[in-house]
Amino acid sequence: MRGTRVAGAIALGTLGGLLAGSHGDAEETRWQIDPDKCIGCSHCSTYCVLDESAVKCVQCFDMCGYCDICTGYLDTNYDDVNTAAENQLCPTAAVVREFVEDKAGQRFYQYTIDEDACIGCGKCVKGCALMNGSLYLQVMHDRCVNCNECAIEKACPTQAYTRVPAEKPYLVKAQAQSLYESKLADEALAQDDPVAKLMRMVTMR
Amino acid sequence: MVRILVIGLVLVVSSNATAELIPTPDFTSHAIPTTEVPPGDGAGWEYVDVAALAIALGLASYFALVTRSRKHLFALSFASLVWFGFVRQGCVCSIGATQNVSLALFDPAYVIPITVVVFFLLPLLFTLFFGRTFCAAVCPLGAIQEFVSIKNVQIPRWVDHSLGLLAWIYLGAAVIFSATGTAFLICRYDPFVGFFRLGGNANMMIAGGVLLLIGVFIGRPYCRFLCPYGAVLSVFSRFSRFHVRIPPTQCITCGLCSEACPYGAIEAPVAPALPSEASRGRSRLGWILLASPLIVAVFAATGSMMRVPLSQMDLDVQLAQQLRMETLGLATTTTDASDAFRNARRDERVLFESVLVKQQQFGRLGLLLGAWIGVVISVKLVSLAIRRPHADYRADTKNCVSCGRCFWYCPVGDAPAGKNVANEQPEPSQLVQIT
Ligand code: SF4
Ligand code: SF4
Ligand code: SF4
Repeated sequence: MRGTRVAGAIALGTLGGLLAGSHGDAEETRWQIDPDKCIGCSHCSTYCVLDESAVKCVQCFDMCGYCDICTGYLDTNYDDVNTAAENQLCPTAAVVREFVEDKAGQRFYQYTIDEDACIGCGKCVKGCALMNGSLYLQVMHDRCVNCNECAIEKACPTQAYTRVPAEKPYLVKAQAQSLYESKLADEALAQDDPVAKLMRMVTMR
Repeated sequence: MVRILVIGLVLVVSSNATAELIPTPDFTSHAIPTTEVPPGDGAGWEYVDVAALAIALGLASYFALVTRSRKHLFALSFASLVWFGFVRQGCVCSIGATQNVSLALFDPAYVIPITVVVFFLLPLLFTLFFGRTFCAAVCPLGAIQEFVSIKNVQIPRWVDHSLGLLAWIYLGAAVIFSATGTAFLICRYDPFVGFFRLGGNANMMIAGGVLLLIGVFIGRPYCRFLCPYGAVLSVFSRFSRFHVRIPPTQCITCGLCSEACPYGAIEAPVAPALPSEASRGRSRLGWILLASPLIVAVFAATGSMMRVPLSQMDLDVQLAQQLRMETLGLATTTTDASDAFRNARRDERVLFESVLVKQQQFGRLGLLLGAWIGVVISVKLVSLAIRRPHADYRADTKNCVSCGRCFWYCPVGDAPAGKNVANEQPEPSQLVQIT
């Protein structure tokens, strides 16, 4: 009896040692979408265990063309370029269109995501992918409960979900990363600059 | 060959072309904003959880063995349910951590966070010393069932024993599916996590509701018949250094505890075998021992034939099948996965090769799973065939979750904890001995 117990204790110790050894300097992890793999299939809005998905759309302004005819904003068979609901791709009108400037006869609009309204369906992501692909989905870490098996991960057709370190739980598109990096490098930005702040939350590849 | 090269070049060129963006305009009076994302809360909570786990385990063991207080245990399980269940919403738990451990052992690419290792090991260690005090008042799944266990209906022994095998089979399945990175079954089919999160997969919520309803009459159905971690704990508890004991001093064989236990975890006294019974018992044991290799072999063979259905749980295998069907013109529609695969121009060959490897893996693992089921059944049969005479009512250390109901009902006066009697079978006079 005692022998069995000792054997049990030794087994546990070995297992612990083995796992701790292979664990190396691995940190706690969170789920995140690799935006370069995501195709905006809409599973993110339906498979999350939360009633309102933890996944939301974000706009990478530095990649956006500020187009008038935005393929992420307008439904493919829009009647007119305006903010009428039937012209919008987004089912919850979460993409907010604001006029910015008229330049050389071109009208530019800024598109911002209303995070509260966004349901993470990825329609705009799919639309935007036809142009610049500045809209992309991310797991929002004020909402995600970090399931051990992420239900969306298992449903994602492109296996876009990965585990990232908990300290930097976001990813940006590879293209955006190089844009941000050059911005950070040549402007010697202050600590509280928004770009610097964002990049502190992003796991670099 | 040349043609393939040309096509390759065209592909490279076209994918470069799409990479060029419409430039972000140079606005005269508008600053380009920066994307904002809500900050994560870092890894802090995980460490708090580990600390909470250690404290809760310590307290549970203290309440079960030293103060022998059902009231304290009850309060602690309430606290655990609130914290690990409703506040932390169930992830990661020790039960699920089993899968992370098995994935980490089989897949070198997966690095397991140290807190998950602790979550897996700590309750096992405590159980090795104090019995299943984790189940008593720390596990939120146990706690939620503990609270609904109101009316105690005893189920026939053989039903209890047979259903109890399910947990072992579930454990085997969970290990092979997590080892191959196919699925975390325990998490996917966790019946109570939906309650903790106040919403979730409807089917699992219904399953959880049904389990709780059953749990009103048949105590802790998940723990007894399904929980894979509970299965592991039961072995550790069997050999624990200390374990809750029902009568603090001498058992008066009134049987009250046995009626109080909703989990069928109390063994009634067993008289020593009569000579005729003993010889019958011996021959039965002999037959079982002879039959067990056969049982194992049959199950192993069946398991190895499960290669295909088992591997079909895997996403890559599903994708490969879909692609094959599409090329053969057997599939009428494409799936998101196959579209994505083709759009990304991934190499089908590579996928098929990895799928072949996976299927072989599932062949081996299916065989192991089958053999495992055979072993589990044989061990159960052997243990049922062995008669262990004892004079008093005592907790079956394997299945007892140290909930404390029995000594609450025991009319014999109180005294502190005792040794695990299953280990030593002491003389009655030694039963009072402490530690
Ligand atoms: S499931 Fe995958 S591909 Fe679909 S929207 Fe989510 S991340 Fe993108
Ligand atoms: S881990 Fe859970 S909560 Fe987070 S995105 Fe996945 S399913 Fe949703
Ligand atoms: S048997 Fe499993 S579910 Fe039940 S209390 Fe123990 S660990 Fe928790």
